[in-house]
Amino acid sequence: MDKTKERSIDKTTQDMLQRAKEMNIPTAWDRLESMLPQCGFGQLGICCRNCEMGPCKINPFSVKEQTGICGASADTIVARNFIRMIAGGAAAHSDHGRDIIHAFMLAAQGKTDAYGIKDEVKLKVLAREYKVKIDGRENNEIAAELADKFFLEFGRQYGEMNPPRRAPEKRVKLWRKLGIIPRGVDREIVETMHRTVMGVDNDYKNILMHGFRTALADGWGGSMIATDLSDVLFKSPEPITAKSNLGVLSRDEVNVVVHGHEPTLSDVVVDAVRSPEMIALAKKKGAKGINLVGMCCTSSEILMRHGIPVAGNFLQQELAILTGAVDLMMVDVQCIMPALSGVASAFHTKLVTTSPKNKAPGVTHVEFKAEKAYEIAKEIVKMAIENFPNRNGNGIHIPDKSEDLVAGFTAENIYNFLGGAYRATYRPLNDAIIQGRIRGLAGVVGCNNPKIKHNYGHIEMAKELIKNDVLVVVTGCSAIADSEAGLLQPEAAVKYAGKGLREICEAVGIPPILHVGSCVDNSRILIALTNVIREGGLGEDISDLPVAGAAPEWMSEKAVSIASYFIASGVLTVLGSPFQILGSKKVTNFLCNEAEDIVGGKFVFEGDPVKAAHIMIDHIDKKRKALKLKPMMYR
Amino acid sequence: MSRIIASAAIRGAHKYVKDAEEKLNELIKEKGEKQEVAFPNTAYHLPAILALTGIEVETLSDTKKALEQAKLLLPPLVREKLWLPYLGNTLDAGIATLIATEIIEALKYVEGYKPEGIWLGFTDDSTLRMQGIKLVDGRMSGFAACVGALPTNEQAVKLARSLQQKNILVFMVSSSGGKSMAEQLAEEGIEMNWDTFLVPYGKDTSAAILALNFAVRAALTFGGIKPEGPENAMEVARKILLYNKDRVHAFVLALGADPGVNGSGQLITDEKYAAAAGAINFGFPTLSDIDIPQILPTGICTYEHVVSNIPLDKIVGKAIEVRGLEIKITEVPIPVPYGAGFEGERVRKEQMQVEFGGKSSTAFEILRGRPMDEVEDGKVEIIGRDIDSVEVGTAMNLAILVDVAGRNFSEDFESVLERRIHEFLSCANGVFHMGQRAIAWIRISKEVYQKGFRLKHIGNILVAKIHDEYSKIVDKVQVTLITDSEKTKAPLEEARKIYYERDERLGGMTDEDVDTFYSCILCQSYAPDHVCIVTPERLGLCGAYTWLDCKASYQLNPHGPNEPVKKNKCLDPVNGQWEGVNEYLKVKSHGNLERFNAYSMLEDPMTSCGCFECIVAILPEANGVMIINREFTGMTPIGMAFSTMAGQVGGGVQTPGIIGIGKVYITSKKFISADGGIKRVIWMPEELKKEIEERLCKRLEEIKEPDLMEKIATENDAVTSEELLAFLEEKKHPALSMPPMI
Repeated sequence: MDKTKERSIDKTTQDMLQRAKEMNIPTAWDRLESMLPQCGFGQLGICCRNCEMGPCKINPFSVKEQTGICGASADTIVARNFIRMIAGGAAAHSDHGRDIIHAFMLAAQGKTDAYGIKDEVKLKVLAREYKVKIDGRENNEIAAELADKFFLEFGRQYGEMNPPRRAPEKRVKLWRKLGIIPRGVDREIVETMHRTVMGVDNDYKNILMHGFRTALADGWGGSMIATDLSDVLFKSPEPITAKSNLGVLSRDEVNVVVHGHEPTLSDVVVDAVRSPEMIALAKKKGAKGINLVGMCCTSSEILMRHGIPVAGNFLQQELAILTGAVDLMMVDVQCIMPALSGVASAFHTKLVTTSPKNKAPGVTHVEFKAEKAYEIAKEIVKMAIENFPNRNGNGIHIPDKSEDLVAGFTAENIYNFLGGAYRATYRPLNDAIIQGRIRGLAGVVGCNNPKIKHNYGHIEMAKELIKNDVLVVVTGCSAIADSEAGLLQPEAAVKYAGKGLREICEAVGIPPILHVGSCVDNSRILIALTNVIREGGLGEDISDLPVAGAAPEWMSEKAVSIASYFIASGVLTVLGSPFQILGSKKVTNFLCNEAEDIVGGKFVFEGDPVKAAHIMIDHIDKKRKALKLKPMMYR
Repeated sequence: MSRIIASAAIRGAHKYVKDAEEKLNELIKEKGEKQEVAFPNTAYHLPAILALTGIEVETLSDTKKALEQAKLLLPPLVREKLWLPYLGNTLDAGIATLIATEIIEALKYVEGYKPEGIWLGFTDDSTLRMQGIKLVDGRMSGFAACVGALPTNEQAVKLARSLQQKNILVFMVSSSGGKSMAEQLAEEGIEMNWDTFLVPYGKDTSAAILALNFAVRAALTFGGIKPEGPENAMEVARKILLYNKDRVHAFVLALGADPGVNGSGQLITDEKYAAAAGAINFGFPTLSDIDIPQILPTGICTYEHVVSNIPLDKIVGKAIEVRGLEIKITEVPIPVPYGAGFEGERVRKEQMQVEFGGKSSTAFEILRGRPMDEVEDGKVEIIGRDIDSVEVGTAMNLAILVDVAGRNFSEDFESVLERRIHEFLSCANGVFHMGQRAIAWIRISKEVYQKGFRLKHIGNILVAKIHDEYSKIVDKVQVTLITDSEKTKAPLEEARKIYYERDERLGGMTDEDVDTFYSCILCQSYAPDHVCIVTPERLGLCGAYTWLDCKASYQLNPHGPNEPVKKNKCLDPVNGQWEGVNEYLKVKSHGNLERFNAYSMLEDPMTSCGCFECIVAILPEANGVMIINREFTGMTPIGMAFSTMAGQVGGGVQTPGIIGIGKVYITSKKFISADGGIKRVIWMPEELKKEIEERLCKRLEEIKEPDLMEKIATENDAVTSEELLAFLEEKKHPALSMPPMI
């Protein structure tokens, strides 16, 4: 039991790890152990595999400065590797965004059996921003024109993308001055690949600045578009309650786990499992009903909009199958461990891939098409139902623990839950910061990583922040971690928050930690910060705000992109483990020091989540001082 | 715990919406959907509903539509555990409550409700215009909506007095423990009406909407905000609510507990919380003497939202702090309360200790500038007997001679300061003042006499207030009060000479005599694009500012609301248009107005802010104009009452064919002179005709049309267009044979 306790602070997870051990089924933690020691050159970012003269690795201890065969210095190699990670992350988020536009376009053209415009208000807000004529037009006409304009954000070759211009004026001017306003999502990602090919850019600063530009094309581009159009297609979230952790799996219902990222699949599955036809079929097969649960970011998508229970975060995906109660797990893209098929093969669980971008050997593939999304969703649900009788009664182990949570916060609905329909405003939030009830805001986001005790980084950091009156916003796996610790309950304010923050939570009726969605929804945080600036009294640029970001358990390239667009937007961002850049002092110094003078944000690496929280708090205090805000109300 | 408030307010909103629906359905069943619904004498339909939903409620069927809006806003009840954000929902519940309670109150009128006893019910538009302006221009510091009652009558009186003293209008509604603050005041014989700043609306908590729909109309009338129908309702409503947050300094006092409510520890009713939530949307916080939960974080109101458990003797002070009121209180050294709340208070004959002037004796007042060494600052001298040496009910003669000195004082200021004597004296509790110059009339009540008020206190008030308000130009003030009849004779004679000279100075002055007019943009605080151009022959439309007053005001404060406007080149002598005036207008109206004609009501006329004394409106079928004064609430031949017309002309927009004016302008030679002048006047209310009779006669003599007096119809002659035409034809009114107006 000891080892399992070291691996996660979540009791449910510990329980399942014990079961894995007993069943002799390896999990990510075990694979990490067998991987040790990990490659030092890789960790430091000084291994270059970009051409066949190499691979080259730079000796980090060499007295004489060593270069690759082409002459690339450690700085060049590290910078190139780093921005290729950004490009990978940006590509993932943005391709997700592109798929949403595709579904949006089909909906506009009436060519799908599942999607329609569910948030007319947001459609019109976007149409006005993109100067699409509204008067006298049907929603579908507006949407069709808008879809083309959004596609253009990916393919634009010159000029500026539109969404980054939503940033505070001063920030946009700064980006313009630095030449890092992205032109088009694909344009910047392709250029990253080009610049990092053998024999192109070898000025590390020039490379890294383009990394920022690529990251901005993600945060203020692909991700933001994904969020916006998901809201239009699947409705904008409103505060909602739900349950979280593996205990949400049901003993007597058909358990369908949807895992991955894109709501185009998961949202329509919600409709499918609620259809009387499917429920009847489930009952026929001896189940009491159908229990749809989510895993990772796609879970957040349907949690935010429908209150669908959350089975767990990244490191719990294998454990869900280990319960023996999952009748079917369908996956689309991103963060899906190839190990799943192996785990699933030990149980009756049917694993189904759905995206042409993600197949697995020996795994059933039912290709998802937006045109007949509902039909396909039903087909997959039916497979789950039919698999229900194959459960091995004795081999089922569902932990009995799940926690209540409140989710569904967005940059837009903050206006309403603070001011109501008629006095919609951010004022109470700004006032709370200005008067010293709330110290500042922190975004704690990102993945799980078996190198860090599961959920520990997220939960301990969040607790420390709210104890010090920092209002925390969370997305993705971080949000799920907090939910499993009960921190997303409004009652948590009384239990864990400092007095000032607690007063605000009690006045508004919110938890001290606000779940704002999936990892593309980090774009909601950018907009929320911009709205705080617009409301007034806290400076003119995001970099003036008493805010900080963190990814205490990051692992994905997507986190590299997210962290980069946050610092390029002016936000100090703390990482639980260092980026793979320490092999170059200059690159490290640039990203962890100099960047602050250039773009307003920088990286800090700190593995202890409580210490990391205090780095964030100190930074917030520094910003409060610069804004000449009052001292904290209750010290 | 704000959750307790949110839970209660949302429950209260649900109850109100249900009550409104039941009553509405009952009435629809009884009277049909087409049954008319209206509050008395308002052009704003059901004002809060108009403001919040854009719906112009006229029938029960419209009322139903409004109620649907309230239902849409009704949030779910707050959960005991794992609650969802409730602040916004509570505010929405507040809006639903506003709609529902306004329906409840309006339906009372459908059932034939007439306010009786102490209760005044809905405030009509004419009172709103008269009183509301004081709220937005700062004469009233704000209003307190007092909900409930105090532990004792004595405390109720004390609270009322302390609010009055700070120029805070007191609205009273609802009850606690079966009693209302208004009833407590009534039991103590306190006079309650608009003039005393004490307004009892109704004993139901739903009557709180009457205070809020007063606030709504203040924004619509003086804020230049126009309802734009249901499509844009949300946007307009937001403007109205923010206007109130920024300019109408109101707050709610939740007084006393409601024993046994909900059978739990809750101290006041759900309905009161719901009404408070409605008020918070306006930025009006709630303060309470009892220990209800608080909402201290700020953001919707300027400061805290709900503050409780405040001792009664500190509650007004705390309210002032929480609402962010700026109150200028001058310590006036007299033994009775002093404040604008007492300005309209009357002293009836049976309450009177002593009087000066009026029908029974002579009283006059004059203010003169004197050389520095002739004035001893603060000196109050009494020549003759004081009021304690005469019988109760005696009428005495009185001369009030105010001498001021100041390095920057000029003779022009004398009349400006002298006119303020009325206001300065009226603001003392138990002192009644009317008229001016040699037609002054003052009464002092028995009550304040008992408290030690004597003649010298009149002097003390004047010294304190003149110092307070005119410190820039007045360094010294002394007051001489003469009651000895013999000794008043000479000063009276001298005063009459001075009054005459002053009248001549302005009376003889024409627009052509000066090269500079004055502007008045005092009202831009609530009508942002309105600009008054004041000329010697056309005073400000409020009737309070003549050209000389503006000139004096400019000298008193060069950065104030009155600026000199050079006429420069005359572009049109008939219409009264000047290049310099146009240029000024363009800048000060923020580019909204291009041209202005001083003498025409048809072509580029002057705009109006909302506080005009009269409206002049064209009656095309009779080829003439009617004039209606603010006080007149009856119907007019144009088919609209004053309040309806006022809604069309205010807000700083040019509205050819209908203008707002001051009364004195009617008898000016330049009165719509480009459109035919005084001969166009075919109708005005009897009371207005009486009021301006003397000057009107003189003016008609000048134009050699003395018979015209008889030919101008009043409401006694005609209230419809047909009746009016018949009357004019019978009387052969000259307007009928003049060239067509349009």
